[in-house]
This record gives sequence, C-alpha cells and structure tokens, in this order.
Amino acid sequence: MTRVMQARRIAVHAAVVAAYAGLIWLAAARVDYAWNWEGVWEYREMFLKGWLATVVISLAALVGSGLIGVLGAVCLQSRSLVLEAVVRVYVELIRGTPLLVQLLIGFYLVATAIGLENRYVAGALILSLFSGAYMVEIFRGGLAAIPRGQHDAAAAIGLSPWQSFWLVVLPQAARIVLPPVAGQLASLIKDSSLLSVIAISEFTLAAQEVNSFTYSSLESYLPLAAGYLMLTLPLSWIAGLLERRFHFEA
Amino acid sequence: MKLVLDGVRQRFPAAGRGGGSVEVLRGCSLATGDIRTLVLVGPSGGGKSTLLRILAGLDVPCGGAISFDGAALPRDARGRLAWRRRVGTVFQAYNLFPHLTALDNLLLPLVHVHRLSRREARERVREPLARFGLADHAHKRPGQLSGGQKQRIAILRALVVEPSILFLDEPTSALDPEMTAEVLEMIRELRDQGRQLVLVTHQMRFARKVADEIAFVADGVIEAHGPADAFFDQPATPRLARFLETVLA
Repeated sequence: MTRVMQARRIAVHAAVVAAYAGLIWLAAARVDYAWNWEGVWEYREMFLKGWLATVVISLAALVGSGLIGVLGAVCLQSRSLVLEAVVRVYVELIRGTPLLVQLLIGFYLVATAIGLENRYVAGALILSLFSGAYMVEIFRGGLAAIPRGQHDAAAAIGLSPWQSFWLVVLPQAARIVLPPVAGQLASLIKDSSLLSVIAISEFTLAAQEVNSFTYSSLESYLPLAAGYLMLTLPLSWIAGLLERRFHFEA
Repeated sequence: MKLVLDGVRQRFPAAGRGGGSVEVLRGCSLATGDIRTLVLVGPSGGGKSTLLRILAGLDVPCGGAISFDGAALPRDARGRLAWRRRVGTVFQAYNLFPHLTALDNLLLPLVHVHRLSRREARERVREPLARFGLADHAHKRPGQLSGGQKQRIAILRALVVEPSILFLDEPTSALDPEMTAEVLEMIRELRDQGRQLVLVTHQMRFARKVADEIAFVADGVIEAHGPADAFFDQPATPRLARFLETVLA
C-alpha cells in the first residue's frame, strides 16, 4: 500500500469514528443529559484498579484457554475413545450453558468444594475453561485443515510424530486459526465483565460502583467502553499484522 | 538392491457407511535381481501407489512379507521411522511445506532429523541447488514456484540426506509436458549417478530407458515382471499387452 493510500485510509477511519461519537453526543443532547465528569473523575483510581484486574485476569485466561484449546484439539485427533469423549462432553457442556451459570456453579460449588478460596484465581480458571471450549473447536478445525500430504511428507523425511506436529502441522494451523482466535480473545476480554457476579473487583464492577456513588451512569459507562476498546483494538491490530506476516499461498 | 515381496496384502475401509473394506493389494509377489532401478507401471487404481507407500515405510501392509537385500522391512512404528530416515520419498503432489522457503524445506530434514548444524546443512545443499538450476529460487516459498521447480525441490529434499533408496510416486503426473521433461531429466541424472530408485510412473518410454526391471501392477497383484526390454517386447500376459498397446499408442 502506498503512503497516500495509507493516509487516506486513516483519514476516512478517523472521520467515521468522529461520526459515531457524534451520534452518542446527539443522543445525550436529545435527552438533555446533564454531564457530571467532575464527580466521576474523583473515582479514577477505582477505574484504573478495576481495569488492571481485568487485564491480569484476561491475560491469565488467554494463556489458559489457548493451552486448553491446543490440548483439547490434539485429544480429539487421538485415537483414544475416552480422551475424545472427555473433551467432546466438556466442549458441549460449556458451549451449551451461559457463562453466568458456569461462574455461579464453578465458584460457589466447585471452587468451594476443592478449597479454592482465591476468587481471582477461581475466576481466571472458570474463564479459561469457558473460552477454552471455543478454542478447542477453533484449533480442531485448524488441525483438520492440514492436508494429508503434509503429514505424509513430514513422516517421509523422518520427522517423529512430535516433530511433525511442532514443525509442520502447528505452524500451518496457526495461520489458519489466527483470525478466529483473535476474535475469541476479544470475546474473552469482554466476557470477563461477568466476573462481577462473584464479587471480583474488575473493570465492570468498578464502573457499576462509581455509578452507584455518583448517579452519573453515562460518565461511568462510557469510560468503561473505552477501557475495553483499549484492550480489544490492539488485539485486532496485532492479529492483522501477524496474519500479513504469516501469509503464504497454500 | 534386491527386493523380495511375498504375498503382500493391503485393505482399506470402504468409503461411505456400512463398514466393509476394499482389498487394494491382493497378494503381491516379486523377486528382483540385484538391480538399481525398479519401475512400477499399471492402470490407475491398480495398487502401484499403495505398494510404493508400503515400501517407503509410510503404511503397514495387512499381510505378507517384504525384504530389501535380505533384511525384512520393519512393521513397528519405531522401525519404520528408522527406515524412513534411511530412504527418501517423492510424491505426485510434491507435498512441500508451504510455510517454509524452498531452502528451509531442504534444511528441515538435515537439521531436525540428521542433526546437522544450519551452517553445515546450507553448505550441503548449495551445490545440488546450483546443479539443478534452483539456486535462484531457494528463497522463494513453494507458492511462488512452478510445478516443475516444486517437484525438483521435493526431489532434492528427499535426496540431500543421502538416502539408500529413493521412492518416487508418479513424480510427473501433475506436470505439463515441458515441466515433465525437466523433472525426468533430473531423475535420469540421478540414475546415471548410480542412485537406487523405485519409480511409479505413466511415462512408458522413460520407464523403458531407466528401468533395470519393470513390474506391471494391476488389480492388486503383480501380473508381470522382468527386465525392461523383454517386458515391452514380449508382454507376458494379454492384459499387459493390451495395457502397453493403449499407453504407447
């Protein structure tokens, strides 16, 4: 892409962003909304703490769900009936029930039963399991998309099964799954907002509390939206960058 | 090499539901002399490629015995891995690794299987790349190469590890005539260097030129087998005669 095209692209995007912001401002103007940013500004530290908690929990769940995804997908490819059933049932259970229900049962029943009292660790674990179920399906699709000829060639040059997976299959599958994984990670970050129901002081709970102290809902929730975008937008950019970097004709 | 097959059978699950299986090899038997080049010919679906995959250690036959120079071909996973590390295989569809450059395709087996350093491996592939006119393409990904270039890189990938036998499964079937010529030329050069080859092909004239012995694989059995000239000049069975008539017409 040339410089000029790049600049034009950025300008158009900026204009569109301004237009959307204008719409919100118009809506607020129409309902005669009385802005009270000063009241909310006093609680900025609470926002920051909540946002950091969201970042840390999301990062942990990101790693956790990625591991679950790869492991689960490998299990589905294995010839073990038991492993396959364990993963299949897990995926269907998780994908078929709301995260809210999983958080309540996972925290008040399972975590309590096994003596896991740290609600942040429990929250990150449940979130990993939730997002991991979707990751399993994404990675399964990625692995299945590698043609048989690639496995043949890897075996023919004498790679061990582990080397074939690591050097031949995974790098090609990674390129295929990159866009859906990026989407799933963005969902994960947003889904972490539900952790407020087990009283984890993350970003959304912080905004709710600020709202209840100040009665300034828009001033509480607009920064909330912005805070999530600060996490999800870079994710899209990085994914796009990696996608171009790993691009090759199959 | 002296290759002996005794009643080799291979069965695959039938396509679709309902179970059942298809017998692709129905007892292949063959004993070659001490030869360098064996060519397998025959109609499509007759079992040539299935047999070659077994010889190359990629698949395990359901039954029968195979030996190279008196040593039985291993059936267990570990033994077959060791065998695949000693031989080379070239596929009809090239099967280059698309995420790696041509050069890295060649380095992969040298570095990860045969434990050369990257520098030693680069040194090892430089001369063969130049000799087969591929040096300028070494840093391209397979997607940027022509079919003929891809197949020549694939042959080199199998070759740079100095295999004791090179198995080639219809290496020119996906290529246009010009590219076919460049790949056949390369194979002929390998033969002239004294490489041991087992080749599945539909290129009859080429088969006759390079083969020490030819085997006719049809309907899951080796129906005829012998030295190249006799194979073509006095077809051993009516079906072989008809086959040769059709493909040489």
